[in-house]
Amino acid sequence: MRDEHARAYWKANVRILTTLLSIWFFVSFVCGILLADFLDNFRFAGFKLGFWIAQQGSIYVFIVLIIVYVFWMDKLDSRYQANTKAANLKAANSQSASDEDSQS
Amino acid sequence: MSSVQLWTYLFIGLSFGLYIAIAVWSRAGSTHEFYVAGGGVHPVTNGMATAADWMSAASFISMAGLISFLGRDGTFYLMGWTGGYVLLALLLAPYLRKFGKFTVPDFIGDRYYSRSARLVAIFCAISISFVYVCGQMQGAGIVFSRFLEVDITTGVIIGMTVVFFYAVLGGMKGITYTQVAQYCVLIFAYMVPAIFISIMMTGNAIPQIGFGSELTPEYGGGYLLDRLDNLSVELGFAPYTEGQRSTQDVFFITAALMFGTAGLPHVIIRFFTVPSVRAARVSAAYALLFIGVLYTTAPAVAAFAKTNLMNTVNNAVYEELPEWFRTWENTRLISFEDRNGDGRVQYLADPAVNELTVNRDIMVLANPEIAGLPDWVVALVAAGALAAALSTAAGLLLVISTAVSHDLLKRSLMPQITEKQELRYARIAIFVAILVAGYFGINPPGFVAEVVAFAFGLAAASFFPAIVLGIFYKRMNRQGAIAGMVAGFSFTALYIIYFKFIAPELSTPAHWLFGISPEGIGTVGTLINTAVALTICRFTAAPPRDIQQMVEEIRLPGH
Repeated sequence: MRDEHARAYWKANVRILTTLLSIWFFVSFVCGILLADFLDNFRFAGFKLGFWIAQQGSIYVFIVLIIVYVFWMDKLDSRYQANTKAANLKAANSQSASDEDSQS
Repeated sequence: MSSVQLWTYLFIGLSFGLYIAIAVWSRAGSTHEFYVAGGGVHPVTNGMATAADWMSAASFISMAGLISFLGRDGTFYLMGWTGGYVLLALLLAPYLRKFGKFTVPDFIGDRYYSRSARLVAIFCAISISFVYVCGQMQGAGIVFSRFLEVDITTGVIIGMTVVFFYAVLGGMKGITYTQVAQYCVLIFAYMVPAIFISIMMTGNAIPQIGFGSELTPEYGGGYLLDRLDNLSVELGFAPYTEGQRSTQDVFFITAALMFGTAGLPHVIIRFFTVPSVRAARVSAAYALLFIGVLYTTAPAVAAFAKTNLMNTVNNAVYEELPEWFRTWENTRLISFEDRNGDGRVQYLADPAVNELTVNRDIMVLANPEIAGLPDWVVALVAAGALAAALSTAAGLLLVISTAVSHDLLKRSLMPQITEKQELRYARIAIFVAILVAGYFGINPPGFVAEVVAFAFGLAAASFFPAIVLGIFYKRMNRQGAIAGMVAGFSFTALYIIYFKFIAPELSTPAHWLFGISPEGIGTVGTLINTAVALTICRFTAAPPRDIQQMVEEIRLPGH
């Protein structure tokens, strides 16, 4: 029972990591380096967009990514804890039920 | 004594007094306190300590200068040294905290159930940290000699004494709380001049916005970055906001710095000090937030300083230059040679007619003076630079000391020693490490400054894959991990040694492997490590049952 929840937890965890790391890769390596020259065609205020992403924007995105990760994992952790607790309770109940059966 | 020096003595005196007071207050009584500060550090506290641990003399003194001379290409330092924290937070920190031991070799040794793996990890941890710590001591010496005109030896000895106090007495506990103080000192010292200059040049108090704004009329108006591009082109340099290095090289350097950041043992061990897995995640977020304050300001400082320097110096009459020029000429950080004899400074890209040589460190150290800021702001920079150097040095010394007392002695050579003895060995080890680091700070072997940058490549090619595979690939076994670490580390080290020391004249894009410079080769080392580990692992026995269970346990939430 616990194993099943543990597997589900790990799968969800890997999914969160894959999502966040894809954004991490896209922002830093794709926008900040590979496409930077193209993005420089767009401007806001005194910044060329590619230059701004490389020297400013990517760092802000990194911070946001870790904050999102903390919140997602909090949710996942509490769901896992609720599930294992419920499973333990159920196991304990069926255990005591069968105890009563054997006594009668 | 000048007013700047008085202020400098005051700030350095106050900050050092604070560090020593903290050291006395936070003595360590057990190995648990000495290695991981008792394991009860609050996530915000740990975030600040991690930020100070991470931001070294190089971040504080050199980075903005590097960026102002590299322009757009300086990006790899900014993204590399911050993006690595995303990897650290998502792939390493929570699981290593769950594992719940003291050091990185602890994890490698236990996860790969092998003394050889532990010894390889000890070797990597000590050599990476050692290269890095010499640079910090040297940085401290330089600050002392330039701001207070004491000689470098005295400067290094003062720095060593202060580190000695809190590192030997308090271990990780003392280091943690002094690092918090050091973070506050260094960030204040970095931000105050940056804000001043931003207001002066653009009228905007936030440097991050200021460097995308228009210059004030006194500076000629127009967007700052456009002005900087034009000035650079006028003097024959490349436009500031356009890259010069090849895209693949920038890509590989950024990746090497990111993997390296995530694999540096002195950063990883900070996450052993928090009370839970959740706290490890939270404190990684705080750490990057605190680091981000400096790292988003640095490119602004770089742009301000470069514009200011070109405006002030180029074509100026030498005799009429402001006083700071002569002060820094004395330290040889800036030098002028009047080649055409017209009495004016020509700062040009063409080496045949250029008359001015500028050391990159001057961009932060002299920036407040160049901008004509008050004396107390100028003096702050010295205290900030010292805080940056000493906080990083302490973190690194602790890695060296725990690698010796815990990993080498207790876990490998003499497991029978008591905790008291282990604690005594830890203190002796950190003391010896301080002496050796101090020696190399005073007599820097020519290669130290160069090699510091390569510590990242080495960390990337050794620890990063071994730890990540250890967590995410249950089947990874001892043979694969050891072979991977040895292959990755030696490949990277040999590539660097070849191009930096054996045949530096060949170090051009044409001779590099796939056009990747020695700075970026750590990424290839990481890939080699991973490939070798996965291949060898396939042909050798799976790890024992209890190790696989341990991996499953690490993956689950809990304390």
